[in-house]
Amino acid sequence: MSEEYDNNKTSYQAQSSEVLGGASGTTPSDMDYVRPAEIPEQELYHAHSFIEKWVFCQDAKVIGVQYFLTAVFTGVVGLILSWLMRLQLGFPGLAGFMTAEHYYQFVTMHGMIMVVYFLTALFLGGFGNYLIPLMVGARDMVFPYVNMLSFWMFFVAVAVLMASFFVPGGPTGSGWTLYPPQAILEGTPGSGAGILLMLISLSLFVIGFTMGGLNYLITVLQARTRGMTLMRLPLTIWGIFTATVLAMLAFPALLVSSIMMTLDKVLGTSFFMPTIIKAGEVLEYGGGSPILFQHLFWFFGHPEVYIVALPAFGIVSDLISVHARKNIFGYRMMVWAIVGIGALSFFVWAHHMYVSGMNPWFGFFFATTTLIIAVPTAMKVYNWILTLWRGNIRINTVMLWCLGFIVTFVNGGITGIFLGNVSVDVPLSDTYFVVAHFHMVMGIAPLMVIMGAIYHWFPLVAGRMLDEKLGKWHFWATFLGAYSIYFPMHYLGFIGVPRRYFEMYDSPYMTSGVGLNEFISLAAFLVGAAQFILIYNIIKTLKTGKPAGKNPWQANSLEWFTSTVPPEHGNFGDRLPVVHRWAYDYSVPGAKEDFIPQTTPPSEVANTEVEKT
Amino acid sequence: MSDPKIEGFELKPGFKGMAEDTASDQTMFKGVHWGKAMMWIFLLSDTFVFSCFLISYMKGRASTPVEWPNPSEVFALNAFGVPVPLLLIAIMTFVLITSSGTMALAVKYGYEKNKKMCGWLVLATAIGGLTFVGMQVFEWSKLIHEGVRPWENPFGAAQFGSFFFMITGFHGFHVSIGVIFLFIYAYKVFAGHYESGKKGWFTKLKGDYVEIEILGLYWHFVDLVWVFIFAFFYLW
Repeated sequence: MSEEYDNNKTSYQAQSSEVLGGASGTTPSDMDYVRPAEIPEQELYHAHSFIEKWVFCQDAKVIGVQYFLTAVFTGVVGLILSWLMRLQLGFPGLAGFMTAEHYYQFVTMHGMIMVVYFLTALFLGGFGNYLIPLMVGARDMVFPYVNMLSFWMFFVAVAVLMASFFVPGGPTGSGWTLYPPQAILEGTPGSGAGILLMLISLSLFVIGFTMGGLNYLITVLQARTRGMTLMRLPLTIWGIFTATVLAMLAFPALLVSSIMMTLDKVLGTSFFMPTIIKAGEVLEYGGGSPILFQHLFWFFGHPEVYIVALPAFGIVSDLISVHARKNIFGYRMMVWAIVGIGALSFFVWAHHMYVSGMNPWFGFFFATTTLIIAVPTAMKVYNWILTLWRGNIRINTVMLWCLGFIVTFVNGGITGIFLGNVSVDVPLSDTYFVVAHFHMVMGIAPLMVIMGAIYHWFPLVAGRMLDEKLGKWHFWATFLGAYSIYFPMHYLGFIGVPRRYFEMYDSPYMTSGVGLNEFISLAAFLVGAAQFILIYNIIKTLKTGKPAGKNPWQANSLEWFTSTVPPEHGNFGDRLPVVHRWAYDYSVPGAKEDFIPQTTPPSEVANTEVEKT
Repeated sequence: MSDPKIEGFELKPGFKGMAEDTASDQTMFKGVHWGKAMMWIFLLSDTFVFSCFLISYMKGRASTPVEWPNPSEVFALNAFGVPVPLLLIAIMTFVLITSSGTMALAVKYGYEKNKKMCGWLVLATAIGGLTFVGMQVFEWSKLIHEGVRPWENPFGAAQFGSFFFMITGFHGFHVSIGVIFLFIYAYKVFAGHYESGKKGWFTKLKGDYVEIEILGLYWHFVDLVWVFIFAFFYLW
C-alpha cells in the first residue's frame, strides 16, 4: 500500500509540472492540450478563529460533516422511535407508557425524520457538500457563505422539529403524510403545537435546502476544473446533481402546502378543509379541498423518493466500479437513465392516491407512467451487474454493501410493480405490504449505499481505514436482519394486516401473525443495535486505526488527489488538477497499473487501449 | 451584456453552439457570472412556488360550493363618485412595470460604470417598489375595512379572502425583500463600493456591478409574477 502511495505521489507531481510547462508555452504537447482556465481563481475566506473554523464554517467539507452529523443524530432518534413501535407491535403492553396516541406520534415522526431530515440531508447536504467540490475539481462551493447559512437553517429546522417532542400535546400524530383535515383537527394527537412546529420545521428545511441546492447546481455547472466535461463527471455527481434539480422543483410544492396548512391551522382559513360535522356540530371550516393537499404533497413526495434514490444510484455505481476494478458498464446510458428517472418522477405522483377517490382514468395514466420508470431503473441494475461481470472484484466491506444494495433494490423494485398497478394496489393499499415495499426500496437500499460510502470515503475524511472485520459483522447483521424484518412484512400485507394500527387485538389476521410480529420485532432490535457497531468502529478507528495514506483504494476520481489527506481548505493546494479522462479507466489493457487517474495525460498512456472520453 | 470572449473556445450561435457549450469543460453557460446563474435557477424554483400557489387557487376556486365574488366589483374604487373597476390595480401594475424599466436602465448604466445614473435609477426603482407596497397596504386595509378576512368574506366564497391575502401577501413579501435590497444597493453604488472593491458585510468578498444585474433579474421576475397574479386574480 505504502509503495503505491509513493508512486502515485511522484507521478502526480510530475504531471502538474508538465501542465505548468504546457501552459507557459515552452513544451506544448498537442496530445495533452487542455484549453486554459476561463474562470478566475476563486477568492476564499479563510477562517480566523475556532468558531469560524468549526461552527460557522464556510468550507464545504466541514459543512458536509456538520450536515452528516446532524442527520445521523436525527437518524438515531428515528431509529429509537422505530424500536418503540416494534416493541408495541411485537409485545403489546410491554412498554407501559405506550398509548395509541404515542404510537401514532412515533410513526409520524419516524417517517418524517427518516425521509426528509435523515436521508435527504445526508445524501445532498452531507455527501453533496463533501464530494461535489472535490470531485469536480473546485476549491469550494461557489457561494460558501450561502452554504454555511444553508446548514444552519437546516439545524434550526431540526431543532424546531425536536422541540415538538416537548410541547404540550407532543409531536403531531397524523402520519408522515400529514393529511388534512385530520392533521389539524382536535382528536388527532399533537394537533395543537405539534403540527404547527412540524409545518414550520418543514418550511425552514425547504428554505435551507434551496440555499444549499443552488450551490450544488452552480458548482457542478459553472465551476468544474480544466478538462472536466459533464460526461467525465463521476456518476456520484450526476446522481447528486439530478437529485438537487428534482429537489429545487419539488420542494416548492411542500413549501406551499405547508404554508397553506399553517394558515388553515392558525388563521382558520379553509384551503384544505371541507365542511365537517363533528359530534352533530358543524365546524367553522368549509369549502376547501383535502385532495388538493394530497396532490401538492405527492408532487413533492414522489420526486422525494428519487431525491434519495438518485444519489444512491450514483454513489453505488462509483463504488462498484472502483472495487470491481472495471469501468462502469454503459456510462452514458447510466447518465441518461438518471436524468430520465428524474424527469419521469414528476409525472407519477398520483400513484400514491389510487384510493383517494380520484377519477379512475387518472389512475390509468399514472399506472402507465409509473411502470415506464421501471425501464431506466432496470437498465441501471443490468449495468451494475455487467460492471461486476468478469471484474477483478475485491470482496471487502464496501463491495458487500454494494451487492447488498443491488439485491435489496431489485426486491423492493419488484414489489413496486405490484403496487404501481391500480387493480393490484387497491387490495394491498394501507397494508404491511406497502410498508415492506418502501422500506426495502427507499429505506434499506439507500442505507446500504450510505454504509458503503462511509466505509469507502472515511479514509479520505479522517485519514484512517475503518476496521474491515467489524465492518463485515456490521454488514451481515444489517443485511440478514433487514431481510428478517421486511420479508415477513410482505406476507403480513398479503393476509391483510393493516399498517399504522396500534394493536391487532383479536383480529383474524393474528392467528398466524402473532409469532411473525414477535420475530420481526426481535430482528428490528438486532438491526438497530448493529448500527452501533459502526459508531464503535468509527470511534476506535479515529483513535487507533491504520493510516490510510493517499488513495488507498487506487481510485481514479479527483477527490483522492488532494494536496493533503484529509483535504485542507482549498482542496488542491497551489494548482487545480487538470482532467484528461473519465473516472473509470480501470484495468485498461496495456497500462502499467490497473487504474489511470483522471489527471493522467494521454501521452503517458499512449500505448494502452484506453477509451476516448 | 456584450458577448464574452473565451480563450481557446469558439462561441457559436444556435443549437449547435448550445450543444458545444454543454459538452465543453469548466462551464456550461460560457462567461456567465456564478451569481447570475444562481439567480436564474433560484427564479426557476420560485416559479414553481408561485405556480403551486396559482394552481391551488384555481383548484380552490373550482371546488368551493359558494359563489366566487366578482373581482371587478370587489376591487372597484370610487373616483369622482363613479365606481371604476380595477382602478387601483391598474395604477399599481403601471408603477411596478415602470420600476422594471428603471431597473433595466440601471443595469445598463451600471455596466457603463456610470455611478451617478445607475445609483439614481436603482433608487427610483426602490421608490417605485415602495409605492407599490404602499398601495397594496391601502388595498388590503380597504378590503379588511369592508369585512374581507382570510377566513370569511361578505361577498361570497370564504376562499376568495384566503387566497387573496395569501398570494398577494406572498408576492408583496417578495417585493418588500426586493425594495430592501434595492435601497442597500443604491447606497453601495453611490458609495462606490463596486469600484473600490470594498468587501461586503456578510460574505467578506468583493462586489461588482454584475450584482445590479442579478438584483434586476429578481426584480423583473417579481414584476412578471405580478402580471400572472393580475391576470388570474383580477381579470378572471
